[in-house]
Amino acid sequence: MSALLETVGLTRFFGSVRAAEDLNMRVEQGEVVGIIGSNGSGKTTFLNLATGYLKPERGRILLAGHDTTALPPRAITRLGVARSFQIPQLYLGMTVLETLLLSLAARAGRIGIWEPLKRADWSDEGVQILRQFGLDPHAERRVSELPEGSRKLLDIALAVALRPRLLLMDEPTAGVSTEDKFEVMDTLVGVLGGSGITTIFVEHDMDVVQRYSQRVLVFDQGLVIAEGRPAAVLADPEVRRAVLGHV
Amino acid sequence: MLARARTAIYVALGALVLLVGVPLLVSGWIVFLLTVAGAKALAVLGVVLLLRGKLLTFGHALYYAVGAYAAGMAVKYLAVREALVLLTLSLLAGVAMSAFLGLLVARYRAVYFALLNLAFSMVLYGILLKFYSVTGGTDGLGIAEPTLAGVRLSGSLLRLAMYELTVVLTTLLVYFTYRFFASPTGYTLRAIRDNEVRVEYMGVSVWRAVYVSYVIAGGLAAVAGGLIALSVGHITPDLAFWSQSGEFVFVAVLGGTGSMLAPVVGSVLFEFVRNYAFELSPYTWQMTLGIVLLLIIFFLPGGVWSLTTLAWRRAGR
Repeated sequence: MSALLETVGLTRFFGSVRAAEDLNMRVEQGEVVGIIGSNGSGKTTFLNLATGYLKPERGRILLAGHDTTALPPRAITRLGVARSFQIPQLYLGMTVLETLLLSLAARAGRIGIWEPLKRADWSDEGVQILRQFGLDPHAERRVSELPEGSRKLLDIALAVALRPRLLLMDEPTAGVSTEDKFEVMDTLVGVLGGSGITTIFVEHDMDVVQRYSQRVLVFDQGLVIAEGRPAAVLADPEVRRAVLGHV
Repeated sequence: MLARARTAIYVALGALVLLVGVPLLVSGWIVFLLTVAGAKALAVLGVVLLLRGKLLTFGHALYYAVGAYAAGMAVKYLAVREALVLLTLSLLAGVAMSAFLGLLVARYRAVYFALLNLAFSMVLYGILLKFYSVTGGTDGLGIAEPTLAGVRLSGSLLRLAMYELTVVLTTLLVYFTYRFFASPTGYTLRAIRDNEVRVEYMGVSVWRAVYVSYVIAGGLAAVAGGLIALSVGHITPDLAFWSQSGEFVFVAVLGGTGSMLAPVVGSVLFEFVRNYAFELSPYTWQMTLGIVLLLIIFFLPGGVWSLTTLAWRRAGR
């Protein structure tokens, strides 16, 4: 059986800096995989490669057996891959609900020029999704008026609204206070739990990875140096040295 | 919210009735001025539409001239006299031209988008100027008086008919643009202004949204050109000149981009200011326009339309 996401010999350098080299990994349907590593270890580059934003110098990316290596982000998104960003990528001039409705219209493939975006059925679903993320009180607010934590959740909500097969999240708790990070992750787990969406998330925080991932991959200078169950992998002194800089 | 929407509809309907009835209240030259303003408002509407996506064009007169010359040449070479047919030809010519050039232009942004449009408009200007035997060169083309729905019209009756036709077409196309802005493609255009990367990550083609918007904007300008050709009765290559494109941008800033009606208000204001400035000071009227634009930029950065928004808010309190 083919994995949902598989990379074969994936390699990418930025000048002399190795961001990914000979990455061979498989993510099975329904898995929740955490990727951890220090700054510059290649975590975000991996997400950018997997979603078509960057192209590898060598290697292939397979989504459910289909080669997506040469496809642009738009085409990969249409195949069922959605992502969120370390710095939320939003439409600051639009309201929260309008932003989400656009995501729903995109999912339905109905980007027309006559039918209004604010249709009753989409609005109902939009409000429901916002409620799941605790954003419904902000529905009519401009995105530019949202606090950072809410922007982060909206960024992820936009990706979830696409009903992807594979969700990639880049540091979902970055910029969120230490007290709030578990609350954010609990919200995400609550939304994603039982949805069957395969999830890969990149994190700096070992506690978050340990608590919320089923499997963890440790990146260091573009290489996967460890892989396995979180408790075992994160207890490894080599891993702690690579991620934290000390044991 | 519903009450406000209802009020807005009543205000719009009242304004429409007033516009239709204007010829009964004012002299002929004002009716003509309003016809020109209403027609040009469509070209400005195209500029405003593109500005919603942060796409500034300095060559929109290209489609204005295409629409005008499509009508003018159909009159001269095909002996078509029916205004509705001529305007349809203008629209089709503008859409065809913008659909063709848009394949390239929609890939560019910022200053490249602005200047590429400018370059194409000046190429057309050169063609209209040099192909004298076809286009009449600097002399332009005279356009015989058209018929409207088969009825031959002339003099003040023609002027009145062209005014009413302009009011109807401008109203319909403003409504079309309103629907477009409220549609997913209209919102995508706004989203592109803020964040193109995210639009692509929603699985939506940025290029397609820009292309569709560009074609619509081209069609709007072409209808404007067709209306001007039929109303004025004479067209010259100056319709494609860069200063005409600049005028459209000027009026877009003057009116504001906050509403589909702003280009109409801006266009009417512009025609009156220009007319009176020319009358009062024939040699320095451009300076008067410049001062008006400076005042707008400094004191009403949202354009004249922002005054109505302020009044609306106060009324809502």
